[in-house]
This record gives sequence, C-alpha cells and structure tokens, in this order.
Amino acid sequence: MSVLIGKATRVLVQGITGRDGSFHTQGMIDYGTRVVSGVTPGKGGTKVHSVPVFDTVEEAVRVTGANCSVIYVPAALAQDAIYEAVDAGIPLVVCISEGIPVRDMLEVSAYLDGKPTRLVGPNCPGLISPGSCKVGIMPGFIHKPGKVGVVSRSGTLTYEVVWQLTGAGLGQSTCIGIGGDPIVGTRFADMLALYESDPGTQAIVLIGEIGGSDEEDAAVLIRKSISKPVVAFIAGQTAPPGKRMGHAGAIVSGGSGTAQEKMARLRDAGIPVAKTPSEIPGLVSEALRPKVRTKLKLVRPKRAAKKSAPRKRARRR
Amino acid sequence: MNLHEYQSKELFRSHGIPVPPGETAETAEQAVSLGDRFGYPVVVKAQVLIGGRGKAGGVKVVRDRESLEREASRILGMDIRGLAVRRVLVTPAAEIAREYYVGIVLDRRNECPLLMASPAGGIDIEEVARTTPEKILKIPLDLRGLPAYRARIAARFLDPDPAIQKQIVPILQKLVRVYRDRDASLAEINPLVVTSKGEVQALDAKVTIDDNALDRHPDLAKLRDLSAEDSGETQARESGLSYVKLDGSIGCVVNGAGLAMATMDLIQFHGGKPANFLDIGGSSNPDKVTAAMNILTADDRVRAVLFNIFGGITRCDDVARGLLTALDRLHTRIPIVIRLTGTNEREARDLLSGRGLTALSDMDEAVRAVIARAAEAA
Repeated sequence: MSVLIGKATRVLVQGITGRDGSFHTQGMIDYGTRVVSGVTPGKGGTKVHSVPVFDTVEEAVRVTGANCSVIYVPAALAQDAIYEAVDAGIPLVVCISEGIPVRDMLEVSAYLDGKPTRLVGPNCPGLISPGSCKVGIMPGFIHKPGKVGVVSRSGTLTYEVVWQLTGAGLGQSTCIGIGGDPIVGTRFADMLALYESDPGTQAIVLIGEIGGSDEEDAAVLIRKSISKPVVAFIAGQTAPPGKRMGHAGAIVSGGSGTAQEKMARLRDAGIPVAKTPSEIPGLVSEALRPKVRTKLKLVRPKRAAKKSAPRKRARRR
Repeated sequence: MNLHEYQSKELFRSHGIPVPPGETAETAEQAVSLGDRFGYPVVVKAQVLIGGRGKAGGVKVVRDRESLEREASRILGMDIRGLAVRRVLVTPAAEIAREYYVGIVLDRRNECPLLMASPAGGIDIEEVARTTPEKILKIPLDLRGLPAYRARIAARFLDPDPAIQKQIVPILQKLVRVYRDRDASLAEINPLVVTSKGEVQALDAKVTIDDNALDRHPDLAKLRDLSAEDSGETQARESGLSYVKLDGSIGCVVNGAGLAMATMDLIQFHGGKPANFLDIGGSSNPDKVTAAMNILTADDRVRAVLFNIFGGITRCDDVARGLLTALDRLHTRIPIVIRLTGTNEREARDLLSGRGLTALSDMDEAVRAVIARAAEAA
C-alpha cells in the first residue's frame, strides 16, 4: 500500500520536451511508472520516448486520462503550469521546478484554496511508492517496498536516509520530498495525516530542517492525532542565523526556526529525534519492534495507581 | 538580497513614502561637504548589511563640521561584525517627537504577508514580540493588499492624533505596494517617526528582495553591493554554487542543501568544526568542482576538505572525473577525504584509486577521517 501514488497513477509530464523533462520521463518509465502523456505548448502531435505530446493539459487529460501531473518547466513559467494543471482538474500536481518567486507561490496558494487539487512542491524531488510508481527525479534503485513512510524537505538527504533504511532491511511505503521553499503545497502535517490513514504504513520518518515552523506544527499534530510511531531528524544545527542554506526556505530569521527549537518541540511531543542520519534505521526498527514488554506494563497500573494517587492529591493542594 | 538603508530609502521615495533627505559619502571630505550643504546638526550612519550598527557605534549625531569630519572618518574605518564600512549616509538630524515600528514579513505558517505595527518603535521588534506582544498589531494581507479601513485601524493603534493618522495611512498602503510589486521578503520602517513639526517620515529603512524574483527587477538586481559580502560567496554565486562561510577548519563540498547541512552537523557531532556550507547541486561539471575547491582553498583556516556525494541522478564517476580535473588544475596540498555512494560508485572508486585517492562509502566514517586529517595538518 502507499499514499498519493500507486499502480493506478497515470502521469502527465508538463515540460516533457525540455532537457530535464525528457531525461526524467525516461527515468520514470524505466521505473515502471505509467507516463501517459506530455505537454509542451507548440509541440503537440510529437512524441518523447513514445509518449504523446499535447499542446494543452486539458487535451492531454481528456485523451489520455492522466490523473497526476509532474512539472519540469523553468521557474518563470511554473506558476502558469500549475494553474493549467489545476484548471484541468488534475487531483495531484507535483512541481519539481526550483527558483519560483515567493509571490508566485502565494498567489498559487490562494488560488488552490477550496480546490480539490493537491500540490506537492515546488523545489522538490517528487514522490515514490517503491515497486509501483515514481513521480519525480529520485534514483529509484535505492528504494525498497515496505512499511516506512518518509517525508522530507530535502532531496539528497532523503536519498541518504532512504538508502540507509533500505540497507537495514527497512522498506518504504511512500517517500516524498515536500520541497525546500518557504511556501509549499503539501506540508508535514498533510503527509502525517495521509500516512496515519494508510494501512500500508506502519512507521513514519520525518526529515526537517531549519526555517519556518512546519516541524513544530507537526509535533503538535503528532501528539494530538498520530498513533503510528514517528522518528525525526532535523538538519542545520550548525547553520548561522540570517543565512540562507541553499534552500530558499532554510533560514533562521529573528531567532526562530532553529534546529534546536524544532528538536526540542519534537522531543517534548515524545518523538525520538536522531542525532545523526545513521541513527535513524535503529530508531525505526525499535519503533516497529513488537512490544514484548506490553504484558508486564499491563500488570503495572495497579501498583502505579497507588503511587500516583497521592501525587495527584498533593498537586491539588 | 538585502538592500542598504540608503537604497531602501531610495526605493521608498520612488513609491511616495516620505523619507528625510540624505546622501551617501565614501570619504570624510565628501561627508563634510554634505554636512555643509544640509546644515548642522546631521546624522552619520554606517551603511552595512548587518544589524546592530547603532550599538557598535556606527550611527552618530554631530553638531558641527569638525565633529562630522572626525566621526565620518572614524565610522568609515570601522569594521562592524566583520564587515568593513565603506559608505556612510549623511542626513539632517530631525527633532523626533514619537517613533513607531512598521514592517511587512512573510508569514509562512499562514501563507501570506503580515503587516506588523507597533508603537514601540526604534527598538528590536523581536524583543518587543518576546516581552510585550500586546504592543504589536498584526494584520494578515491578502490579494486586496491593505484596504484603507485596515490601514486606519493600524494608524489608530500607533498614534492618537487624527492628523498624524491621516499621514500614516498612505504610508502603510505604499509600503504594502513596495512589498508586493517589488517582490520583497521584508520591508521595514524602524523607526517611523513623527517630527516635532508633525511630519511622519521613514527614519530608517530595511528591504530584502526575494532572490528568486531578481530576474524581473533588473533595476534592483544591480543594487547588489559586492563589497559588502564575502568574496567566496560572490565567487560561489557567479559559479552557480550555494556557499556560506563559517569559521571552522573543515571544508565540505556536498551535493544537495539538506545533505550539506547534515554533513556540517555531523562534522560538529564528531568533534570537528565545519568551515562552510557548500552545495554543488546536481552538477558534476569539473568547472563547478574547481570553483568549489578554489573557494575552499582560498580560506586559510581550511585544513582538510570533505567531499560528500550521494549519487542519484548525479553519477559518482562524473563527480570523480570533475574532482580529478579540478585537482590537476589546482595543485593543492590540502588533504581531501572523499565519500561517494550511489549511482556508478564502483566506477568512481576505480577512477580515484588509479590516482592514489580512496573513497569511503560511509558518511560517519568519512567525517571521522576528515577530522583526523585536519588535526594532522594543523
């Protein structure tokens, strides 16, 4: 099982005739993804890797039944590409493009409000449900089908973590890079809710980084409504304040958005936070291990009740 | 990209926001001639792209020509938190009756720009937010910009005098327009002052432009002050690399921003100190690798360099070729530790070992190795 994409996903590539679009279309086809059509205005009627190209998204959807779009167009054209996909009624739009101005994304975010389309990205590697479908640019071979959901703001750091999980025999249900920009379509909280309701996902790895407050919001949500175990890692503990660390969204500004703060909030919510990427597989295995001691714990409450009762009273006084 | 105060004020002026007169000087002589023209007293303000210049002594009110000459040459010789002051702004000193804060930032959680107004002006707004949050009025901005009625609410929050409120309203609306039309990620007036004559003015100004939007604002893009940034950072930007200088001894070259941050953290975790953040992106272009090595080896604190490459779309053998070409060009003697994993890892190893270099495959192992090499080299 997986979330957002799987065997039924029919992918349309916006910007399919471009260098990146064409290259990654081949990569997706090689992985077994059903790439049904591509769109480049003015190139309708041609083919890229045997995939038919259309002039408009609307036509591509009508003719080929695409239900997911992946966008590889240059940043300056990305807002328009997202609008076109949303207006064509595509339920899942994945925007890989990097370098989109924040204002463009604020406008997109306002437009998406109340619409059925889910946007993933921009400035992201996309998502993959190992063994069934890949929509994006990640190397497929590092993944392995399994039960761990991985959600991250990064690209290569995600690959690193996935590679270590796979090496430890821990396969993945769906891995998603939500993007490194300040404004993205899908956030940690959205993905946590999806993993929670996916029977194929048994544990979640959350890879955050400095900037913004998404990790803090995720900590609140996990404490409140996520029953599956979550393991977290936060990058950027050594990042100096006020400096953008590569990703447009990775910046500590006005003392907020630090790695230390995010780690503290996640730990407060009872979530194990790995100190290094290589600690992650061990923490995940631990979280997935059947709780042998559960029986002992069940006996305990009687004894504990006595102890805790006077404490409660003391507090009331 | 951060704009200097004088550039931000120029931008405000062009959008109709009242700012006091003022001009910049690069020598004490120029400053004195400006002082003579404006008439004393004047304020001399260091133009540096860093906060805290007031506390550092980079802002002074002077009452006469002699003290202007003295203070201007002192400030022009200053170094504020590592940044040399190359320019001062000279502006007539106004008598200030009251001072306020107004600013627009991006509210990432709510995905909208946020206008903040506070009667506690002239001081650090983050301090106000921590200690007396009730003194800040926050107005989320939507597609309408700032409707006049909302601007009036903010103006009333700031000043009790209706005549002053009437001046504040258009200033706020214009500030919102600067923010939106010029793709700012920060537009701040701190302080916004009421002079003893009852005029409202932006006494200080701070604007940051979204780097991703500079292509559509060529007039703003050319305001970048190269002298105000680290030379390595300039060189990195021109080579298409993302680089931030730190103060440690271990240089790192990584593909991907998240992995680059995690690498820095891991260096610190194992007891070393990272010298930089550097993301070479998905590229394996020898020119980029050479540029990266050039930047790192120019920093004389760097004792050893770690390459950490996760081959995905980037092929390890391409990076290895880039590295070997770069090493041929550079003749550097700095110890290099290489970590390669992923696509075409074996081919990369063969290439490197043919030249006497070994590549590790484990990140922790590579970090421990580079720390040891740096210690030997120190």
